[in-house]
Amino acid sequence: MVTDGATARIPSPDIQRMVTWVRANLFSTWYNAVITIVLVYGLISALVGLAGWVAQAQGWPAAFTNMKLILAWTYPNDQIWRPQLAVLFVAALLGLSAGVWRGVVQLVAIGAALTAGILAVPAIGLPEFAGMVGLPSWLALATSVALLLLGIPIGRRAGGWLRWVLIIAWITAYPIVILIVRGGIGLPVVETKLWGGLMLTLLLAISGIVLSFPIGVALALGRRSRLPIIRIFCIAYIELIRGVPLVTVLYMGSLLLPLFLPGGESVDQFIRAMVAVTLFSAAYLAENVRGGLQALPAGQTEAARALGLNVVQTTFLITLPQALRAIVPLLVGQSIGLFKDTSLVVIVGLIDLLGAAQNVVGQPDWLGTPGGVWRETFLVIAALYWVFSFTMSRVSKRIEDSFAKSRH
Amino acid sequence: MRRSLMVPLAAALSLIIAACGGAPAAPTAAPEAPTTAPAPTAAPAAPAATTGRLEAITARGTVICGVNNNPLPGFASVDASGVYSGFDVDFCKAVAAALFDDPSKVEYRPLSSQDRFTALQTGEIDVLIRNSTWTLGRDGDVGLDWSPTTFYDGQGMMVRKDSGITSINDMDGATICVQTGTTTELNLADVFRAKGLTFQPVVFPDGDQTRSAYDAGQCDGFTTDKSGLVSSITLLSNPADHQILSDTMSKEPLGPSVLQGDPKWADAVNWITFATFQAEEYGITSANLAEFSASEVPEIRRFLGIEGELGKGVGLSNDFAARVIKHVGNYAEIYNRNLGPDTPFNLPRGLNALYTEGGLLYSPPFR
Amino acid sequence: MASGIPRISSSSIPFYRDTRIIAVLVQIVFAIAVMAGCWVLYQNMIAGLARANLLPTFDFLNVPASFPIAESVIPYDPSMSYWQAFVVGLLNTARVALIGIVLATILGIILGIFRLSSNWLLSNVAMAYVEIIRNVPLLLQLIFWFYLTKMFPRVQESIAIGDAIFLHNRGVTLAWPEPTASFASWLWWLVGALLVAVAIYTVRQIQFRRRDRPGVAIPYAILGWMVIAGVGYVLTTVITGTAPAVLVFPELQRFNFIGGATVTASFAALVVGLVIYTAVYIGEIVRSGILAVSKGQREAARALGLTQGQTLRLVIFPQALRIMIPPMTSQYLNLTKNSSLAVAIAYPDLFYIANTINNQTGQAVPVIVMLMVSYLSASLFTSLLMNWYNRRIQLVER
Repeated sequence: MVTDGATARIPSPDIQRMVTWVRANLFSTWYNAVITIVLVYGLISALVGLAGWVAQAQGWPAAFTNMKLILAWTYPNDQIWRPQLAVLFVAALLGLSAGVWRGVVQLVAIGAALTAGILAVPAIGLPEFAGMVGLPSWLALATSVALLLLGIPIGRRAGGWLRWVLIIAWITAYPIVILIVRGGIGLPVVETKLWGGLMLTLLLAISGIVLSFPIGVALALGRRSRLPIIRIFCIAYIELIRGVPLVTVLYMGSLLLPLFLPGGESVDQFIRAMVAVTLFSAAYLAENVRGGLQALPAGQTEAARALGLNVVQTTFLITLPQALRAIVPLLVGQSIGLFKDTSLVVIVGLIDLLGAAQNVVGQPDWLGTPGGVWRETFLVIAALYWVFSFTMSRVSKRIEDSFAKSRH
Repeated sequence: MRRSLMVPLAAALSLIIAACGGAPAAPTAAPEAPTTAPAPTAAPAAPAATTGRLEAITARGTVICGVNNNPLPGFASVDASGVYSGFDVDFCKAVAAALFDDPSKVEYRPLSSQDRFTALQTGEIDVLIRNSTWTLGRDGDVGLDWSPTTFYDGQGMMVRKDSGITSINDMDGATICVQTGTTTELNLADVFRAKGLTFQPVVFPDGDQTRSAYDAGQCDGFTTDKSGLVSSITLLSNPADHQILSDTMSKEPLGPSVLQGDPKWADAVNWITFATFQAEEYGITSANLAEFSASEVPEIRRFLGIEGELGKGVGLSNDFAARVIKHVGNYAEIYNRNLGPDTPFNLPRGLNALYTEGGLLYSPPFR
Repeated sequence: MASGIPRISSSSIPFYRDTRIIAVLVQIVFAIAVMAGCWVLYQNMIAGLARANLLPTFDFLNVPASFPIAESVIPYDPSMSYWQAFVVGLLNTARVALIGIVLATILGIILGIFRLSSNWLLSNVAMAYVEIIRNVPLLLQLIFWFYLTKMFPRVQESIAIGDAIFLHNRGVTLAWPEPTASFASWLWWLVGALLVAVAIYTVRQIQFRRRDRPGVAIPYAILGWMVIAGVGYVLTTVITGTAPAVLVFPELQRFNFIGGATVTASFAALVVGLVIYTAVYIGEIVRSGILAVSKGQREAARALGLTQGQTLRLVIFPQALRIMIPPMTSQYLNLTKNSSLAVAIAYPDLFYIANTINNQTGQAVPVIVMLMVSYLSASLFTSLLMNWYNRRIQLVER
């Protein structure tokens, strides 16, 4: 922190200000002084200890030599370009959209660029994967940063036609991404059994959010419906799901889903988890949307009805768009939550980011490392999780602030 | 406040679901809960009556073989480049060798202990060769057919050498690591109860976790099938500090299994397995196969498909045994390659020797 | 949903344009669709289970479970039934949830106050804690804590703190009081002490109200309880000649400690993980609750001559509490639901035991139903309790 030695030669008004600041914020009372001294001591010793450990820990190679497993698990090395292409496709879309719509979208795009940028730096040191067809990780990340940032001016300058192209592109983006990653229509199929690592975590979280969106909106509208049967059904569903842990929903998905289909066809494990995550997320999304709807002033509905719009028109043209716009920060928050929560699929046997890390920790190659490699490996993936959720939570905060400002 | 009204509603609904879901719908049979059946996560697919599994495999050109998803060195493990090896894996290769004269025509499906049988039932795999114990419950309720046992196993106990434990009787009050979802945890409880001993269980859902807890010293003993112990010992940080007790807590005959209801395919797998036993009995190995091919002994000529049409009866080529020996070898070769004296496991043959040498391996005659 | 509801155009409306009739029709169609869907799924399921010879039944509940459970609040051994095993899981979850809620609340309040501290360093350290913990999945944290327990020495080489506390990689073993023969007579004193405590609390409350002065009655009640219980302890010892409880020190036997109480590594990791994680959210609730109390209240309290501590305790906190209760309830429920992650670190909670039962019996449907009903009732119970408390403190204000 700011200590005397280094700042002694700064011109006096600055010192004056600094001293006042330090006095007001660190030494205002005798117990604040004690707290400050104890904390400074504690922090310094903790940081020194941590730095010492980081320097001498021998387990770092575990995470870095197995980065392929952590990022994409057993996805074929010669097909790695496909998940990369999917990322670049979404980055390009987001970049252009940021230019066209600005505001919130631009914040999201900049947040995404930040995340990718932060991750690109350590990725430079990653070893090449054997037989890999695709860009080196850092280059893939750097390219997506470039696409995100270049898209903004391009999108700004382009005409209104781009708006429509982008809308169509966004609607088809999810199936396109799945098509690129999974294959079919010319591309060799990469079965979901081979998916895993960070790729699986992201795909599962995105699927959960995208697919739960229509269900969640329908449930929210149903919960506010005047028709009692529909209302009761929606309330029951929402409260049932919200009353139980995600693990039990995943467990139900993995045990019961195959039974619900005739003839007992086998359902892909990924699909089972995806259905469970979607059904779970829909209940929470419904409550967020309902909150947005409730917060709208009644005048909006009344005015719309007075203009002669019917219930359907009022809902889809007037109330719902406003409610959804208002809850964007909540939706970003929910996406972060889902991103973290997908780690639970480990319990039903899928290998996500956490599962891949556990696997790396258990590799016999590291038996000789004193103390094991778990601390280093878990720290690396904790950092991965952290970068994603932290930047997105900042984005959510910024969106909230910009809304708050525009309201005044 | 609105929420407080909704929660009882939700609870009521769940009770309704509970009431329907729990109603036994069959008047004919209220089955006793099978105590050791695994979780069937899907119903068995209807037996394919029209085209048999064997024809389907031949048409496909590969055999899909279910193996262990947790690395079990010596039995099934996969290296960094994705190549499978091990005792179980060699039997997968034997099937492919017999069918296609090419041991590489195998597609491996790593399966957990919880979904291994489902994979057979749903037809996702053709044959399961994943250290699975043949039990009445699995043969009956779960709807599987077992091929001859390829490995006679039994549940064992591993302890630290410095603990001074020489038999399970010394383990009163010990903490024992065990994996859940297996017959192992049930046997463990039974054996200790029968002996009047107490123990403190530490139960993990995952084999790797169980081993690592034992390795860290969180348990005094670690129990699973002896074959599993033997391969686990190589994965401990200091293998020399540990020993496997001679006590055997259960019978665990392990072998390939297929879905019930397709006798032709089951026969094929049975006789491919027997061929490895018979080859050892004759002394035919992959190295001396050529010499034996020139043999004048009718029995051997029939076995190797040089004369007669033995294979045809079980839907295989006549020289299927020769193919297996050529590509994979006889039982002794398979055993020694994966578990024998030249491997880190150095596991004595014990019960897994030919009947002529005091073991249990016995092939019906090939004629 | 409510599609096709038209505007009213004339006085005589044909039935197909009457909103009320359409509403009824829509609902009937909806109900039929839902029921038909459920029926199809149910039929498929039953057909599938019948083929696997596993029709759902609750009969298995009376069969001996025969699997061991690592820790239990009530006595359990493998000869007991699946039902009893399930109850063990239920109680284990309740134990983690209760202890977790108490500790997370304490840590959360501390954290919330730290976040608002006028000390820049303290509030920023608290914020760093919040940002680190909140953005890493709970499951990863739990697994981290559980791996950490492996770093402790083996039982034989435990870290001993006096004769009373032993740290090892199987958990923590503590000296623990054990009841003796005279415990029963002391129990009566405890009951009496409780009655006295309630009496003191009521009397103090009435006094506060009459004098129209705010005050906290609980410390007096606790003090009264402790005095009576203490006197009872001494008297029982003197009269019967044996103390009602003795402190049993753990002794290392061949494999484990005998005597005392052991907190297992799994349990410790689970509680630590849940508390550290949930405290972040509780801390944020406390912080925003305190911030929501208007500045005027604080200034008025200071003007009346209350110290900073008194202001916080007597003015700010009681008011903030009202804002905090509803979000607190959902955090408590989250903690309870999150305790199901215990399955990853081998603590035998409700979900873990249910999973094992399903593995051994194959009765997936009944097990899932029991699991869902248990969690839903827990949610219901907690909501009711917190709603009751909420209503009570809302009244105090007026």
